[in-house]
Amino acid sequence: MSFLELDRVAKQFGPQTVVDDFSLAVGKGEFISLLGPSGCGKTTTLQMIAGFLDPSRGAIRLEGRDLTAVRPAKRGLGIVFQSYALFPHMTAAENVSFGLEMRRVPKANRSERVRAALAMVGLAGFEDRYPRRMSGGQQQRVALARALVVRPSVLLLDEPLSNLDAKLREEMQIELRQIQRNLGTTTILVTHDQIEAMSLSDRIVVMSQGRIEQIGTPQETYERPVSAFVSQFLGKTNDFAATIDRTAAPARLVAGSWSAPAPAGIAGPVTVSIRPERIGFGDTGLAAKIVTRIFQGNHWLFQCETESGPAIVIRQNDGQPQPAEGEAVRLGWRPEDMSLRTAGGAK
Amino acid sequence: MSTAPDTSVLTTGPSADERAARAPWALTAPALMLFVGILVIPLAMTVMLSFHDWGQYKGIEPVFILKNWHEIATDPYYAEMFWRTFRVALLATLITAVFGAPEAYILNRMSGPWKSFFLLVILGPLLISVVARTLGWALLFGGNNGLVNKFLMSLGLIGSPLPFMFTETGMVVALAHVMMPFMVLSVWAALQRLDPQIENAALSLGASSFTIIRRIVLPQIMPGVLSGAIIVFSLSASAFATPAIIGGRRLKVAATLAYDEFLNTLNWPLGAAVAVLLLVALVLIVVGSNALIERRYAEVFR
Repeated sequence: MSFLELDRVAKQFGPQTVVDDFSLAVGKGEFISLLGPSGCGKTTTLQMIAGFLDPSRGAIRLEGRDLTAVRPAKRGLGIVFQSYALFPHMTAAENVSFGLEMRRVPKANRSERVRAALAMVGLAGFEDRYPRRMSGGQQQRVALARALVVRPSVLLLDEPLSNLDAKLREEMQIELRQIQRNLGTTTILVTHDQIEAMSLSDRIVVMSQGRIEQIGTPQETYERPVSAFVSQFLGKTNDFAATIDRTAAPARLVAGSWSAPAPAGIAGPVTVSIRPERIGFGDTGLAAKIVTRIFQGNHWLFQCETESGPAIVIRQNDGQPQPAEGEAVRLGWRPEDMSLRTAGGAK
Repeated sequence: MSTAPDTSVLTTGPSADERAARAPWALTAPALMLFVGILVIPLAMTVMLSFHDWGQYKGIEPVFILKNWHEIATDPYYAEMFWRTFRVALLATLITAVFGAPEAYILNRMSGPWKSFFLLVILGPLLISVVARTLGWALLFGGNNGLVNKFLMSLGLIGSPLPFMFTETGMVVALAHVMMPFMVLSVWAALQRLDPQIENAALSLGASSFTIIRRIVLPQIMPGVLSGAIIVFSLSASAFATPAIIGGRRLKVAATLAYDEFLNTLNWPLGAAVAVLLLVALVLIVVGSNALIERRYAEVFR
């Protein structure tokens, strides 16, 4: 039995359905990300788990018992908010201590746990600081310590890193992952940042317009996206229109001057989706012209104009000579690197 | 101005630094002149007036004596009246805080059209003259003919009219009503600065609604309550219309006393002394409590 289970959960605000038919089974200790653009319903889902919103339909179960019947104050979850929502009139230690006080933990035990929690997030010695006197990263750590000190059954993170600058965000991602692994706390992260979702999670739930598009490991969702939305939201991708040529034997999949043996059981016009880093320059393949060439340190980014529309290609900066702007090239890729979509959906 | 390099400015005109230093003075001059002209000068004249002599038949004599100040200091009548002024103002402030803060909190949690509607209900009275608002109380509670008194007496619930007019209670109630919008606005402003997620954060940590209000919300809106209290207190202590209507001649406060000395007794110097004393006392109380609040909350709210 899964630890946390959402069963066909839906949320409506008036006539508008914000989350629909959301089913997800979370294992104990798992790190799950709800990923999607703003307005996709990921925060609403988190708020329903937290109990700040009641689902219009469906059930949420924690270890088999119905969570929706439990008041938010009694759910025993830890939440880190986007704004951190620290209590500005309390010191870091008082902030962290608050949840323990509500649970009537004896004072001696309390101060010890507060100190340990602050030390865990690397804030030993900051006990008497007020939040306003701390940097964004430090406030974020206090918020994390405050959520974790009560030993929550589930940790909910609502875009916790989005207010930090890029470098700090990366540091916090690594730290967050380590802390989560050490404690083994089941965690649900809401984010719109696909890099963050991929680097932190065991599984990603990609959402769009209130519905789940795909659930899978970061690698699965990146390499085998089930829809155009997923492939475009998770990193960059190239889509080429292709047809099946049945005159040849065996049948071939054709996109412009590129072709490959057609997979079995596919018919009609399809879309070929290929990641820019999986495309190589070669002697055969899709005819293209390099429009711009951008150097980005560890890799080159090429913007090409092909016979089937624009494309981007990323090549490792491995010291090999690279084609120049304006040069005519041919783009090729291995059939196993692409994903195919027919008009009706994924292959 | 010529387009040639303007070296003449450097030698004959003021330097850039001098001009920069002069600019703030020049820019604030109109406001400063207004401030000095209609506030500082009359105030200084009032202070001077309080040291002049006055007699029933001789009028005001521009001499320097301490007669008025001596009278205020020694006659217990004035002490009683000043105590009443500050007692009434303090009670009115307490009532506005006790009712206004929850009012602002509830208002802040209302949604959409109701919020705007009730904000209008609360702020609307500010558009109506204080006299009209106070007269409303007089119409409801004024003696035998007051609407509420009549109603309650006809029901047999009370034998005689509720004492409201010419009582301190009446004055406090009417003042609290008149001043309520200032408290609500001040607390409202403090509530706007509250992180909307902060109550959810406390809730998720296991706090009850009562605990959230007592330990999370109240400490954060306290500066708003206190600054509202300062506004309400100083306006109540110097209020004229409400005490004049409810208290009349029987129950004077500092403002109505100064008014009477000026316009009825025509003892301008004594009235000036009362007015100056009220002003000085108020400034001391406001500045003192403001300093106290700033020190108390400096660490948390910068």
